[in-house]
Amino acid sequence: MTTRLLINGRARDVDVEPHRTLLEVLRDTLGIFDAKEGCNEGVCGACTVLLDGRPVSSCLVLAVATRGKPITTVRGLERDGDLHPLQDAFLRHGAVQCGFCTPGMLLTAYAFVEAHPHPDRAAIREALEGNLCRCTGYTKIVDAVEDYARNRCG
Amino acid sequence: MQPFEYAAPASVDEALALLARHGADAKVLAGGQSLVPLLNYRLARPRFVVDVNDLPLDEIRVDAGRVRLGALVRHSTLAASAVVARECPLLTEAAALIGNVRVRSLGTVGGSLAHADPAAELPLAMVALDARFELRSARGSRTVEVRDFFSGYLTTVLRPDELLTSVDAPPTRGAGTAVEEFSRRPGDFALVAVAAIVTIDRQGRVENARVAIGGIDGVPRRIPAVENALRGEPPATDRIARAAELARAEVTPQSDALASGEYRTLLAGVLTKRALARAVSRAMAVPA
Repeated sequence: MTTRLLINGRARDVDVEPHRTLLEVLRDTLGIFDAKEGCNEGVCGACTVLLDGRPVSSCLVLAVATRGKPITTVRGLERDGDLHPLQDAFLRHGAVQCGFCTPGMLLTAYAFVEAHPHPDRAAIREALEGNLCRCTGYTKIVDAVEDYARNRCG
Repeated sequence: MQPFEYAAPASVDEALALLARHGADAKVLAGGQSLVPLLNYRLARPRFVVDVNDLPLDEIRVDAGRVRLGALVRHSTLAASAVVARECPLLTEAAALIGNVRVRSLGTVGGSLAHADPAAELPLAMVALDARFELRSARGSRTVEVRDFFSGYLTTVLRPDELLTSVDAPPTRGAGTAVEEFSRRPGDFALVAVAAIVTIDRQGRVENARVAIGGIDGVPRRIPAVENALRGEPPATDRIARAAELARAEVTPQSDALASGEYRTLLAGVLTKRALARAVSRAMAVPA
């Protein structure tokens, strides 16, 4: 069925079979590779996107069920072609190793700091516990989020 | 995932008509955090999926002295609700322990209860709270007490044409409540989880205690031996510890790939003690 998806502020009318997940439609139909397939059961966080501003596993959402709701992938964090300050912080801190978990980490951290503007380190670790980094580079990721949250509020 | 027909009805009546027609071939899709993994693995292969997310069933309200949760209340909404934190803080604590942040964004109260995982937090909390379930079908509606709702591992008394529309529980104002669970990794289902609700009388003795354990049997259940051992007693640390030890004698969990039965038995005692200790200290802090 033709379904209107709102991806990073742009409406896309897509012919979607009901049994396709949002992750499959993003990657296989639309060629948007921002969300990664890791576990396909909602555990690893690599396929995280924001739906209505909240982090969700795109592997556990039917694409048709997201009709008309704003979807943000990592590319949606850019501001006028520049990296988002959170992405800058990841670069500065070397918070990216292989990069596979990075889009999910960024979106989860972004949504968390929007909702909790003054997090301490423990709260950041807890917020990211559903996003797995198999390079185990967690320290620098937490450093980057902490730095971003601190500078964001001045 | 196997193909299926899909409908997203806009009204409860329309949803019930679809369930009446497609019955056993249909699955209800709420938050999808249990169903979609089963679809991804082809463990569930429904011919029809009824997406209920457009139904007006997401209200939280206090109604006739009970806290009523619409079946589509999301775990994140439940965890953040000021009304729930005031009237039924056990649910606030339980909701915050569910899965990971993405599961809590979409997962629903009704979905978790209808899925009936024996180690899940909300079924456990509802058993401790003596909740009631509102089930509707095109034939009518019925109210089911929690002790009759869960009938076994991942099984409830919901008939194929029925929809769980709301759940309600008595407020626990004046009581102290706590949930304790243990899992190897954050976000996993608990190996064992315990919920406790304690009230203290004017003499400083335990007036009433309710203890429920999940992850042990096919359904979460109360442990009357522990509850009875505390009632009428001053809640001293050693008495709590002795009462909690009784939990170990009351459970005979199976071994599986995640943990041995012996280890789960040990956890039942330890987590019961921790939950009771926290519930008691919260009950003592309640202003008289």
